[in-house]
Amino acid sequence: MIEPCVSSAEPRFQLDYPINESDFLAAGESASKTKKALQQLGLKPEVVKNSAIIVYEAAMNIVIHATSGRLKVIIVRDEVVIRAEDTGPGIPDIELAMQEGYSTAPHEIREMGFGAGMGLANMKHCSDELIVESEPGVGTILEARIHLGQKESPREIR
Amino acid sequence: MTLRDIKDILDAEVLCGEDLLDKEVKTGFACDLVSEMLAFAGSGNLIITSLKNPHVIHTAEVMDAVGVVFVGGRNPNLALAKQIENSQVPLLATDLLMFKCCGLLFQHGVLGTKRGCIQ
Repeated sequence: MIEPCVSSAEPRFQLDYPINESDFLAAGESASKTKKALQQLGLKPEVVKNSAIIVYEAAMNIVIHATSGRLKVIIVRDEVVIRAEDTGPGIPDIELAMQEGYSTAPHEIREMGFGAGMGLANMKHCSDELIVESEPGVGTILEARIHLGQKESPREIR
Repeated sequence: MTLRDIKDILDAEVLCGEDLLDKEVKTGFACDLVSEMLAFAGSGNLIITSLKNPHVIHTAEVMDAVGVVFVGGRNPNLALAKQIENSQVPLLATDLLMFKCCGLLFQHGVLGTKRGCIQ
């Protein structure tokens, strides 16, 4: 499993959201709160938006697939680090899950407008670095890093 | 083109953000998938959707949308009531269906956004 990202440096900012199974509103709220908090810190609009998108997608993944989880947004050195940890079924094939359009979300999730199989791919596009580690039957840890100096969104090169 | 013009063109009801109707609208993004909005909508778009759940409002906030038009009925879902009250983004609702709504907006000069392009 990935080592905690703050082991070697004290974070200068931290948000911490518990995310529970089926708490769909918590996912959107954590994204909105993240956006406001990062805006108040005066970060670049692109960094703020990409961070909020990653938080939204990561939180929705926990809500949809896991039994419980935790989401942290940390600013350490020159990066925003978003770390999502969950207890749940895990991802058996991460490479497959990263493919746009691949989804195991049930029908009712799709009716809400989610589960299109774009979450992980979108998180990758919005981050400068994305690491996903998972153990089937145990859970998943996801860590996304966004440089504070991010000039052009990686999404522009699609 | 402002949100006020769009309200007239679509004969829409303003659910929230009456004081923000002078905001300018240049491009729109229409879809019923939140994941697609998060992936492709870019900043500064008018989001047009028939999805009526709180995620649309959170997504519009995250994506810096200029506003949201709910198509296919003025009556907002009850689950939306609290979010509508607290929304930072102006929300409009029209009885028009998606295709006609988008057609009218395009005809009046609201353009489509480039896929994945952040403006």
